[in-house]
Amino acid sequence: MGEESVIRNVVCPFCGCCCDDIELTVSKNSIISAKNACALSQAKFGSAREERVLRPKERVNGKFSETDYERAVRRSAKILAEAKYPLLWGWSCTSCEAQRVGVELAEEVGGVLDNTTSTCHGPGLLAVHDVGESTCTLGEVRHRADLIIYWGCNPVHAHPRHMRRYTVQSEGRFRKGREERKMIVVDVRNTEAAKMADEFIQIEPNGDYEALTAIRTCLKGEELEQEVIAGLPSTRFEKLADELIDCEFGVMFFGLGLTMSKGKSRNVDAALSLVRDLNSKTKFLAMPMRGHFNVTGANEVFAWQTGYPFAIDFSQGYPRYNPGDTSGVDIASRGDCDAALVVASDPISNFPLEAAKGLASVPIITIDPHETPTTNASDVVLPSAMVGIEAGGTAYRMDGVPLTLRKIIEPPEGVLQDTEILSAILREVKNLNGGR
Amino acid sequence: MDPANGIECEVKDIAMRGGKIVEEVSSSAKVIDASEMLVMPGGVDIHSHIAGSKTNAARMLRPEDHVTDFERKTALTRSGVGHSIPSTFTTGYRYARMGYTTVIEPATPPLMARHTHEELNDTPVIDKACFPLFGNNWHVMEYLAKGDVEGCAAYVAWMLRSTKGYAIKIVNPGGVEAWHWGGNIRGLDWEVPHFDITPREIIRGLCRVNKMLKLPHAIHVHPNNLGKPGNYSNTIKTMDCVRDIAEDGRAAIHIAHCQFTSFKGEDWSTLRSGAEEIADYVNKNRHVTIDMGQIIFTATTTMTADGPFEYILHQLQGRKWYNADVEAETGAGIVPVVYKRKNFVNATQWAIGLELALLVRDPWRIFMTTDHPNGGPFTAYPRVISWLMSKRAREGAMKRMNQNAIKKANLPSLNREYSFAEIATVTRAATARALGLKDKGHLGEGADADVAIYRVNPKEVDPSNDYRAVRKAMRRAAYVIKEGEMVVKDGEIAKVIEGKTFWVNASVPGDMEVKLQKELLKKFQDYYTIQAENYVIAEDYLARSAPIEQGVAKQ
Repeated sequence: MGEESVIRNVVCPFCGCCCDDIELTVSKNSIISAKNACALSQAKFGSAREERVLRPKERVNGKFSETDYERAVRRSAKILAEAKYPLLWGWSCTSCEAQRVGVELAEEVGGVLDNTTSTCHGPGLLAVHDVGESTCTLGEVRHRADLIIYWGCNPVHAHPRHMRRYTVQSEGRFRKGREERKMIVVDVRNTEAAKMADEFIQIEPNGDYEALTAIRTCLKGEELEQEVIAGLPSTRFEKLADELIDCEFGVMFFGLGLTMSKGKSRNVDAALSLVRDLNSKTKFLAMPMRGHFNVTGANEVFAWQTGYPFAIDFSQGYPRYNPGDTSGVDIASRGDCDAALVVASDPISNFPLEAAKGLASVPIITIDPHETPTTNASDVVLPSAMVGIEAGGTAYRMDGVPLTLRKIIEPPEGVLQDTEILSAILREVKNLNGGR
Repeated sequence: MDPANGIECEVKDIAMRGGKIVEEVSSSAKVIDASEMLVMPGGVDIHSHIAGSKTNAARMLRPEDHVTDFERKTALTRSGVGHSIPSTFTTGYRYARMGYTTVIEPATPPLMARHTHEELNDTPVIDKACFPLFGNNWHVMEYLAKGDVEGCAAYVAWMLRSTKGYAIKIVNPGGVEAWHWGGNIRGLDWEVPHFDITPREIIRGLCRVNKMLKLPHAIHVHPNNLGKPGNYSNTIKTMDCVRDIAEDGRAAIHIAHCQFTSFKGEDWSTLRSGAEEIADYVNKNRHVTIDMGQIIFTATTTMTADGPFEYILHQLQGRKWYNADVEAETGAGIVPVVYKRKNFVNATQWAIGLELALLVRDPWRIFMTTDHPNGGPFTAYPRVISWLMSKRAREGAMKRMNQNAIKKANLPSLNREYSFAEIATVTRAATARALGLKDKGHLGEGADADVAIYRVNPKEVDPSNDYRAVRKAMRRAAYVIKEGEMVVKDGEIAKVIEGKTFWVNASVPGDMEVKLQKELLKKFQDYYTIQAENYVIAEDYLARSAPIEQGVAKQ
């Protein structure tokens, strides 16, 4: 009996793949089914109403009590306006439109604006500052790549449709399918992706830098002096170097295996330098496997408005950037911030313990659709609509392609969008600051 | 100074109402006393890389570019950073302070056009437009290889509407597609790998499309072989390749940042200026316009859709290199650069840009640019103006340069000095006309009320001698009016308004459109990794949409 409608070409708001061919069947303001959606996507669309925060709440005498947006906004604005060094964290799971308000808010309160790049691909960005990057959009991989490397990442788990839509199992103009491509996985453990590979190179943990440098050495025509590198016979890397040179169009995707193991930004430096070096022999590109559906967007918005992609300190009245000094994790670990606004993120869960403790010791305002350990540690919680499901906006795919997220269903009764909540807080902060 | 209306250095009243210049206003109107000041239409910059995916990639690549050049938040303005890749708010403010009121972002990858518009939306005060890239586009190459100019026109019209673009931009035609395999194209008649077409055919085909659609601006071309010694001959061939299809009285082709493609010589050590040959061709052929692409001696950033060129530059200099190939369409490359006075090549490049401007006789067909930021930041425009207006300024500059280069250049023997009227022409009147922006670049009735007032008296100041005064005055305008609002006073932002984004609502007759949609839908999914529906940018995406209706004459 229920009237069903089918909405096509929906952009999925989960991972950096931002698949835009999702077909949703909607009935009575509820998503009944999702076609073309991977398990992660199905879970997000299907569980949209679970564990939601439905009303704003604030901590009074140590306990939560329900309130309304007006009071919650006023209290949030007061906390932020009075703080000397507030941290505005998160941003990767909301729209660019919300991120833009966030930049203005951070500037207005003279705080630090940071997104989840700090805990994820930040080291990669630091490497790009040093050596640059040779990259492309995902369609280029689909059309041309005959060699695909997944280094330190597991797309089967984190980006389930990556291989079918864009890489190894996809069909492109110049490569008809799996049989015309070679897949190499480099990892410290035998993952599902490794099992699918034509070649799996299991290096020892924290051996990435040496492995990459060994390949670069071979590329430059030098001999490897060591017999064992990263736990493998060095001849393994001589062979790999030859394979890389022999391909027509190679792409290296990399993940936290590089950014968060020993060496961090130096690992990515080595990877990007290798890819750059390969361009003197063949065509080769690299791409980070961005996790959240709009962390790339957060980098983009922050960069065009402030000049910097994350870890931006406005305390001097202008944007300053010095990751390690101005990044959220470090600020929280040192206990430097005296208040925090968290938007669409769960740092209490994801931060290293010291940073989470530092965060939990200051007043936290959280804007989020769901109950999380961060909302539980907050002083003010403002429920928000889920971007890409209950609110529209712009998001950037992992390769920088911008897409429009849609509002498919109405949010729970009375729940506002991030843009509305943030704008209200910004207005109130401006009132308190008296137009300084 | 209103050269478009034949007004040169006359004292006049300018009346404004409702954002437009009108015949007269009532006595209760606000009065600005611009006595003894230089009054021009607001500046119109025809080529400046200020917004979009590669501009932002450059910002992210180069935090060191902005560390020391920042602007604090004020009651009126947002904070930001500057130098060669300013953040968006700073871009708008800095252009406005110089008296510029319209700026074109000249190279937009259509797949990422949404990004360009987001950044343009965040660029305050100035009006803007963007040029989508077509010269390596798969659909375009296939249509033209078949000789289907009509089909191509329908596609280009759809693209302009869908990406909210203003003109047809062509960068290294065929070369960027070749670069997607690691190669390049070095001549107009080279074959593009896997596509049955040559750069000559791409340029001619798109020129025909441009005519068919009656687009307001000519095809805007960055020729093959940019940055290569000896490339001047290819540039002339490029200009010439559409001569037979040019219409009378209209430019058929615009060559962007011509300095970079006016190199004579076989290699870097024998590099010479080819400006004389280029200027000679431009002087004799009215179907061509060019812009300078002047270099400034500073640290800056090169960024272009010409991916293979940037790779070569990286290999030459060893500086960090960013590259981003865009599926089925185009690419981008970014490399930081430092232009040095004592460097033979850089000094020669500096001379080339100015020689072009001094040797091309018609100021309506040569425009002043630095191809920001490739030649230098746009904030250096007043310096370029001083070089154009004063031989003394040029001589002073040349004294400090590589003398080997200066000896071999034509520039020392060129005595021409631009007048204020000519400056007004090459920085606003001519660019507005070339763009087909009828209400810009002049101060006649009906024009947009965009006025720049500089604190220098053209009746008293001799720019040839007192070029420093001119330079100073044009850095920070006394008053800038945009759409009848005073946005700059005494060189500071007085009011922040949102500028318009111009785009061409190009159209073709119904039957052509139907044919296109059928063909497009079939191919789109094969070519792109996003859906056609998600490729199209809705009009309300633009903060202030200003469409210009244009198209094929209905049968």
